[in-house]
Amino acid sequence: MSTPTETVEQLASRDYKYGFYTDIEHEMAPRGLSEEIVRLISAKKQEPEWLLEWRLHAYRTWLTMKEPTWGNVTYGPIDYQNIIYYAAPKKRPVLQSLDEVDPEIRRTFEKLGIPLDEQKLFSGVAVDAVFDSVSVATTFKEKLAELGIIFCSFSEAVRQHPELVRKYLGTVVPYSDNFFATLNSAVFSDGSFAYIPKGVRCPMELSTYFRINARETGQFERTLIVAEEGSYVSYLEGCTAPMRDENQLHAAVVELVALDNATIKYSTVQNWYPGDKDGKGGIYNFVTKRGKCAGVNSKITWTQVETGSAITWKYPGCILQGDNSIGEFYSVATTNNRQQADTGTKMIHLGKNTKSTIVSKGISAGHGQNTYRGLVRIAKGAVGAHNYSQCDSLLIGDKCGAHTFPYLEIRNSTARVEHEASTSKIGEDQIFYSRQRGLSTEDAVNMIVSGFCKDVFRQLPMEFAVEAQKLLSISLEGSVG
Amino acid sequence: MLTIRNLHARVAGREILRGIDLSIRFGEVHAIMGPNGSGKSTLARVLAGHPEYEVTAGEVTFEGEDLLAMDPETRARIGVFMAFQYPVEIPGVNNAYFLKAALNTVRKHRGEEELDAMEFMTLVRDRMKQLDMDEDFLNRPVNDGFSGGEKKRNEIFQMAVLEPKLAVLDETDSGLDIDALRVVASGVNAMRNADRSFLVVTHYQRLLNYIVPDVVHVLSDGRIVRSGDKALALELEDKGYGWLEQAVGSPVRELR
Repeated sequence: MSTPTETVEQLASRDYKYGFYTDIEHEMAPRGLSEEIVRLISAKKQEPEWLLEWRLHAYRTWLTMKEPTWGNVTYGPIDYQNIIYYAAPKKRPVLQSLDEVDPEIRRTFEKLGIPLDEQKLFSGVAVDAVFDSVSVATTFKEKLAELGIIFCSFSEAVRQHPELVRKYLGTVVPYSDNFFATLNSAVFSDGSFAYIPKGVRCPMELSTYFRINARETGQFERTLIVAEEGSYVSYLEGCTAPMRDENQLHAAVVELVALDNATIKYSTVQNWYPGDKDGKGGIYNFVTKRGKCAGVNSKITWTQVETGSAITWKYPGCILQGDNSIGEFYSVATTNNRQQADTGTKMIHLGKNTKSTIVSKGISAGHGQNTYRGLVRIAKGAVGAHNYSQCDSLLIGDKCGAHTFPYLEIRNSTARVEHEASTSKIGEDQIFYSRQRGLSTEDAVNMIVSGFCKDVFRQLPMEFAVEAQKLLSISLEGSVG
Repeated sequence: MLTIRNLHARVAGREILRGIDLSIRFGEVHAIMGPNGSGKSTLARVLAGHPEYEVTAGEVTFEGEDLLAMDPETRARIGVFMAFQYPVEIPGVNNAYFLKAALNTVRKHRGEEELDAMEFMTLVRDRMKQLDMDEDFLNRPVNDGFSGGEKKRNEIFQMAVLEPKLAVLDETDSGLDIDALRVVASGVNAMRNADRSFLVVTHYQRLLNYIVPDVVHVLSDGRIVRSGDKALALELEDKGYGWLEQAVGSPVRELR
């Protein structure tokens, strides 16, 4: 008779259903990274001189930097000269309408459940679809434009709204920020741009769907969201990649700027290919995400459900500059099989009466290693700052691990900082109890896991909460025995 | 309904059941008594399919089917319920949600329509009333932070909702004060009917004052050493397990 632990483990290893590859012609840059490649990417995108200069500064800075080694993850050396930094689907005229999207690409997104067809989409969600290095379609653009909302690919924003891009690019994550962000600054290809004008409440969810397709390429997208005074936007990001034996690098940068009384909710359902059960292949997800609550009473909420990637290295953070601004971070990170995650957040309190909330739920199954790493910094001037952190770990089986590294830097004596942590295990007795009531082992595990994650799931927009829950149960399938 | 023949079982390499024979017909209430370590709880867990217990010989049929060949959830779905001696806590999982999922799995198996939230609540409110339970019970995590008595009451409540054909109550009386015992017993009695049977495992005769059994079995050292009607329980209460030891000529051991 199999033990419950074995069942949990089996449950955690179901197949990755987004692992297919779309056979289309790509236009690719030569392998490797050099000043020429940076110039080539910039030229391909017909960028203004200032942006090329910015990229070159980043590139030169990157050459002087070392890859960080402090993460609680292990992987072989990455050969940055063996990566293709730019890949775009060929035959791409400037699209006049959504109907002109290459049918193969359209089918790819349909298979992923993202029809690039406004009628078929969830009503109330506008999507920007990024395929390898370029954005292939953005829906509901006109409707949003009526309200003055700009939602388009990053490249298009550079062409159409250079003054906005120039004003905000690099103001939250400077090009010299860290090894991977600096690499991104040099070679970023596309991504999404959103601008919400003063006093406008964005009437639909904005969403970007990233798909890596080409072989041996890296994906380096850059997203910039600016919420003007008194505006509100909820943004969601999803992603998948084909199953491949080699690892692929994904080094993205996301910058959010919230001005006075503005609110940005940024949710991620990360489902990059995690590698097979022996740890072969999978995406290296080395991402820098940061938001700046620049104005008073502004608020930024990061919600992430991390189920994919071989290695996840990301710390979506908030700089709480405006007085009374609020930063929130809600995270579920799952590692199964040989996946590793080192993730958490940074909350930098600068303004008075700033408040941050951190809720992190780590789930480890198989041989997965899950690390929470979080920084709460309360600057001298941050009178009355308040942070609440809660870090919970759930272990499934006995070969996985959970680690917690909270960093607290408090420079103001009026600050209140609370930290709670717990570790629990799905016990064989809980599974037997559930089975005795008629539930399958799988249902029992799913129920316990979603109970564990509900504080985070309730932060997600409805449709995506359902999706996230499904995804989680798939990524844990086979983890219980 | 339930037939057990020559059942042998062990846990952690130690043989606990050494040849149990027992037959329960529809509508009957059987009590299993015996000293600590005699195998009472092992019998209950083997019937429920606990993975740590290994059956080494014998057979168990439930309504003509081989119960031992089924996994625990299948046994539950065809109508075998066990009220746990130590109900398990499942933090984060809402009591009502858990029970609704369980009920609908069982109903699906029976070919019945699944209940929606409204229908479920109607059913549940009715059962809670019978068991004198507060509704806030439903919104708490399964057994998490429950007192001993609340946990036991929750077991009977789950039974009342799931409506099994055979309910095995494993020392449901332990840790209950007299008032709670009365409530639990009346919950069980309310469910007694011609199609439902009970196997009541208990150390003390006290519970049997409230749940009056049709047959009482005394278990000793993994075997049934004496069966009789409810008078047997009273006799045991009076004379203690030592009396049987002499009577059957084999030790009625206290193993713990």
